[in-house]
Amino acid sequence: MLEAYQALIGILAVAGAAFCAIAAIGLARMPDAITRMHASSKAGTLGCGLILVALALYFPSVDVAARVVAAILFLLLTTPVSAHMIGRAIYASGEKLWSGTGRDELRGTKDDPGERLNG
Amino acid sequence: MNLLALNILLALAWMAVNADFSLTGFTAGFILAHLILWLARPLFPKERYFRRTWGGAAYAIWLVKEIFVSAWAVAKGVLGIGPPIRPAIIAVPLEAKTDLEITLFACSITLTPGTLTLDISPDRKVLYMHAMFAADPDQLRDDTKAAMESRILKVLR
Repeated sequence: MLEAYQALIGILAVAGAAFCAIAAIGLARMPDAITRMHASSKAGTLGCGLILVALALYFPSVDVAARVVAAILFLLLTTPVSAHMIGRAIYASGEKLWSGTGRDELRGTKDDPGERLNG
Repeated sequence: MNLLALNILLALAWMAVNADFSLTGFTAGFILAHLILWLARPLFPKERYFRRTWGGAAYAIWLVKEIFVSAWAVAKGVLGIGPPIRPAIIAVPLEAKTDLEITLFACSITLTPGTLTLDISPDRKVLYMHAMFAADPDQLRDDTKAAMESRILKVLR
């Protein structure tokens, strides 16, 4: 039982580290700024979340668990906001999308932030 | 949301009766009080409290599952072993109206890997999302609306 518990902690921690590593690889491999954002911000959040859960299981006490829950909540609250703002800034600055991008239903419409924000 | 206040008050009463002023005591009291209020729910016919708490919890579990599933897809895309990435920017017409509904929908889209909210139109009718695997943009738009937006609206309305 104890060994299974420790194995679970190990699996969570290693999986979290693996997602963080994949996020880093994604930064190098993805073709344009917005797809790099996909790799870094989200896979990174999941990686951090898994490592934090492993931490809470490794120190089974209420105050560690409470802090882990708070940390995960803040990650989930702040990541989408910053990812949204950075993504929007990338798009508004007129950064070219990767040539393999399918359709773009925003560029050139009345809602295009590049037009709205830059005048 | 006065049922939430009642719930917290009952939890505090539980703590006082047990002389247990710890986080564990509060959590236990809160869960017990919630169950009692739930049993007494015919007394509050117009209350959306239970739908919001239980529905919210169910939505959170579903969202975590989605995060894992799509993180796996993005990881494969990054490593180049899955289907090739095919980004697109998709306009999603919004049924969500209030600030809370739109914020929750936009944040859920961004949290699930592979999709990212880029912008909301100034008239709040359209949400623009960037998707990594959009081989079929129309299918993805319909899936996102059916799976995510309808769940959010069901909990909040």
